[in-house]
Amino acid sequence: MKSFTYERPGSPAEAAAAVARTPEAKFIAGGTNLLDLMKLQIETPRHLVDVNGLGLDTVEPTEEGGLRIGALVRNTDLAAHPRVRTDYGVLARALLAGASGQLRNKATTAGNLLQRTRCPYFYDTAQACNKRQPGSGCSALDGVSRQLAVIGGSEACIATHPGDMAVAMRVLDATVETIDAAGAARTIPIAEFHRLPGDEPSRDTNLEPGELITAVMLPKPVAGTHIYRKVRDRASYAYALVSVAAILGKDGSGHVAFGGVAHKPWRVEAAETDLPKGAKAVTEQVFAGAKPTHENAYKLKLAERTLGAALNQARA
Amino acid sequence: MVGATATAAPTRTDEPVLATVTFTVNGQRRELELDTRTSLLDAAREHLHLTGSKKGCDHGQCGACTMIVDGRRINACLTLAIMHQGAEITTIEGLGQPDHLHPMQAAFVKHDGYQCGYCTPGQICSGVAVLEEIKAGIPSHVTADLEATPQVTEAEIRERMSGNICRCGAYSNIVEAMTEVAGARA
Repeated sequence: MKSFTYERPGSPAEAAAAVARTPEAKFIAGGTNLLDLMKLQIETPRHLVDVNGLGLDTVEPTEEGGLRIGALVRNTDLAAHPRVRTDYGVLARALLAGASGQLRNKATTAGNLLQRTRCPYFYDTAQACNKRQPGSGCSALDGVSRQLAVIGGSEACIATHPGDMAVAMRVLDATVETIDAAGAARTIPIAEFHRLPGDEPSRDTNLEPGELITAVMLPKPVAGTHIYRKVRDRASYAYALVSVAAILGKDGSGHVAFGGVAHKPWRVEAAETDLPKGAKAVTEQVFAGAKPTHENAYKLKLAERTLGAALNQARA
Repeated sequence: MVGATATAAPTRTDEPVLATVTFTVNGQRRELELDTRTSLLDAAREHLHLTGSKKGCDHGQCGACTMIVDGRRINACLTLAIMHQGAEITTIEGLGQPDHLHPMQAAFVKHDGYQCGYCTPGQICSGVAVLEEIKAGIPSHVTADLEATPQVTEAEIRERMSGNICRCGAYSNIVEAMTEVAGARA
């Protein structure tokens, strides 16, 4: 690990200003992803700004009947929160499907949104990776791609967003609240928060340098059966090959987003009207234009079948 | 504030940067001056000579480093010691000692919950915290009803312990040890 200086700012605005003014500075919250990457020298910050202890760790009801989730609320606490369990089951289920108990105790809501891909070529510093080292190429394109993106990728990158929570946030139409170095707040719809790789895969999100996530807002609850189905190589503590976050009625109508298939949680709202017709009618539209490799084409069939299982669960 | 230079830019010399942290480890107040890079695990093992907690993968994948910090189990390898100012930290040495074993340690001995023993301190710290998590009503991936109170079942224990890997494969005996401790306490 490269050496770094460290500070604990007194407020979110001070934290944002500290990262904006210090070269190669990063926020640290739970640190479960960042420190892992620092040990491998994939991340080499010169300065860490610790945002624990800024009071961003509460879950509050909003006037609109939704929830305001502080950026530093731990995954364990969010999944166990009574309102989340009652009204946002898809979010609780997605959180509990991710990582291990130890990691969920540390990992935060904002950090979870910002976690980086687990593409093996991003992690292997001997390989070309445009996300890790812009302009170096992408070894994944002709490499081992079984876990990688089937849609929304580019000639520069076929990495996936690895998270579960963000897929649930996408189907819930969450918004991300931030503060910048000048102290100005803004909100970003979750659909516009993560980017597709395009020709700039090193940028995972549309956050500006020094912009700090302060909260994630959930609109008022959506009725229906809340489902998160995750298909992975082992029963626990593994990343999704494909996941489905869905809120469905008895007739199959509702909303659905997919994880493990793209550089961001993947949702095509226009296809949702066909949910009562069954999974195939929906996934044909959701994955129109998919460009799978020979190793990951199975994900298209798996996505259809996983949605089919979710529809059966909702209808039961 | 944008563009302001209130803090001089640190130069990349790769010289160690030192910082001081004070926390309580197994009931004892400890103050350490550490390289900022020091993980909580290395602080315990290399600086406090508490070598019960083990370094397996050093990447949060195996759970051998599990400690209980402010009442919660965490991977001590994936957190910086300097981020724990004022924290209450319990390692395997603080749970119990050979002459006064913690009930979970005694149950691991009784049920042969290990073979080589390398993962065991992490398994035991995790096991103690898992039973507390179930008692506190925290649901898991296998909890059928999110609004019901989770119970101590084999499925719950196996799911919640998935962050602790045992290469010897002592899992079924670990489940038996944890089940006995949960039952004895109920």
